Amino acid sequence: MARITTLQALFKRYRRPGDIVFATVFFAVSLALLAQIGTQTAMKPGARLAAQPWFWPALSLGGMTVFAGLHLMGSALSERIPGRWREVGVWVASLEYAVWFVGYALLVPRLGYLPMTILFAVGLTLRSGYRSGAALGSAVGAALAIVLVFKTFLHVKIPSGQIYEHLPDGIRQIMLTYF
Amino acid sequence: MENLLAGAEMLARWDVLVALLIGSIGGVIIGAIPGVGPAVAIAILLPATFSMEPIVGLTMLLGIYGSSMYGGALPAVLINTPGTAVNALTTYDGYPMTQNGQATRAVSLAYSASFWGGMFGILCLIFLSPVLAVVAPMFGSREIFLAALLGIVLVVLAHRGQVFAAGMLAMFGIFVQTIGLDAVTYTKRYTFDMSWLSSGVDLIVVVLGLFALSQAFALLLEPDNSPQAQPLQGSMFGGFRELWGHKRVATVSSGFGVLMGIIPGVGEFTAQFLSYTYAQKTSKSPETFGHGSPEGLIASEASNNAVPAAAMIPLLALGIPGEALTAMMLSVFYVHNVIPGPQLFAQHLDFIYALYLALILLNLIVIVFLMFSTNLLTRIIRIPTRFLGMMILSMSFVGVYSLRNSITDCMMAAGFGVFGLVLKRLNLPIVPIILGMVLGGIMEVKLRAAMARINTPLDMINRPVAFLIFCAILLVIGLHIRTLIREHRVRVADADHDMHDTQTR
Repeated sequence: MARITTLQALFKRYRRPGDIVFATVFFAVSLALLAQIGTQTAMKPGARLAAQPWFWPALSLGGMTVFAGLHLMGSALSERIPGRWREVGVWVASLEYAVWFVGYALLVPRLGYLPMTILFAVGLTLRSGYRSGAALGSAVGAALAIVLVFKTFLHVKIPSGQIYEHLPDGIRQIMLTYF
Repeated sequence: MENLLAGAEMLARWDVLVALLIGSIGGVIIGAIPGVGPAVAIAILLPATFSMEPIVGLTMLLGIYGSSMYGGALPAVLINTPGTAVNALTTYDGYPMTQNGQATRAVSLAYSASFWGGMFGILCLIFLSPVLAVVAPMFGSREIFLAALLGIVLVVLAHRGQVFAAGMLAMFGIFVQTIGLDAVTYTKRYTFDMSWLSSGVDLIVVVLGLFALSQAFALLLEPDNSPQAQPLQGSMFGGFRELWGHKRVATVSSGFGVLMGIIPGVGEFTAQFLSYTYAQKTSKSPETFGHGSPEGLIASEASNNAVPAAAMIPLLALGIPGEALTAMMLSVFYVHNVIPGPQLFAQHLDFIYALYLALILLNLIVIVFLMFSTNLLTRIIRIPTRFLGMMILSMSFVGVYSLRNSITDCMMAAGFGVFGLVLKRLNLPIVPIILGMVLGGIMEVKLRAAMARINTPLDMINRPVAFLIFCAILLVIGLHIRTLIREHRVRVADADHDMHDTQTR
């Protein structure tokens, strides 16, 4: 018992609910990656240890596995914090916004940066629970400002929307270049 | 002197000055909005600066870096919410002053102390430059390798109470940078025969995911909140007079900021705690600390604002970033083929001086802006948090997609965004991943280069500087173990706190 108390004291950390789930997954992934070292890296005959292509992946994955193992042990030996699966639910819920983001990125080259940014901003504003005209107007304003700053003035590399090809001659070139 | 004038000439261009102005004022605003922070802003703007000249892009990013903590003090004092994570200690004495009806005094004092710390840091940087120019060439491959290793050790050990987690995340960062084709042997490493992994994982994609997207996800998932700060009444200039009465605390705190800024992986938090402890121990009224002590407020703000200039020292002299923000700036240097390190000091001293002058200018711009615009800022920080999340997500797209117009990058960034959110919610640090990626890359290249002249492992430390760094690594590990044993013997109970929330920077 005294030994466990000592270990607990040694491994004491500031934990949050869900820590053990994260620790377990991270340790398992580290171990699985380390097990692939022979197939996912090459060995160069005659080269010195530090010049071997497998050296740094092996070193980092070895370190990752050791630290992740200690982290998991610390988590397992610490007092259980309620709310573990509720927390995992929050992590899963965040995937919705990741999908919003990737969807936005997929549609920009087709629908154009300006229209898609306005749609994205208004859609996400509605999804966030805002319903007032002021909030929706602010979303349109913010989207317009973002496009003006980055595409119109800073000329960042964002492809023009395919939809712009269907615009009349005069406007098309302006939209293709600046929006 | 000639280099100083050449540096001034480099800055005397309208595009550089506009970039500095946008960076400085934008940084204050970003710093003042709780939930954004300079890391998010720099991550988003980084790819946009690639198309600019190095001096233009860097002055803009420097502006954000150097000015955000000024802005972060405002919500820390007025609504007990630090604008950036490093303003957390400012709430200890700043907010009680607001509760006592001294909000204007507290904000003015915070700005003055920030200015003092900022200028002190830059002056140290300028005076240290001749020394750096002499010392930097003493760093060859093995010394830089050991210095990067010291940085990794420090960033892991600096996360007290989370050393195992920081260690595994730093190692994860080192692993991520090895994915793709090996630059020397052209063999695949952990690509799983997927073509999109052959080019590796871009640092900017990881940075944007871990800092910007994760923050957007966090804001969108949490209940909506709109910080309410009351407007300030009266003059903002009184703080300078009062600061003069506490110049010893301000100077020593700035000194701690400079020292901790120079050491990779340590940064603002350690500087603040050392300064705060010093200020309390030497104060005539230590009992007022935590209840509205002006000295406590000065110690916190002077020390954290002295760090940005000092953090440029290892970056410029050795090409080793000490924390996440300078790691991001390093990529701007690389994109423009300007390699920080001993050669930069030897060949482009004018460029270095231009950066120093930019730092001085940004502090002047910020203090003038804040003296007249604080009430405007109190209105800006009322942006509802979910709306802010939507804006960060929209702007993050520009950062990720403009890199190489790749949907794969967007997917990877979204994945790292979810991973960053998990880390934030678990109170685990993000900075070790970024430093692991950057320092891991440096270590791999430098160790390979050093191996050509090394026959036995002991040859690694047979030069004086290499030996000193090696001793420093052993000393740091030894001191950490000693502290652990001492703490265990006296059984000091650590209270749970959020001081390791460095990811919000």
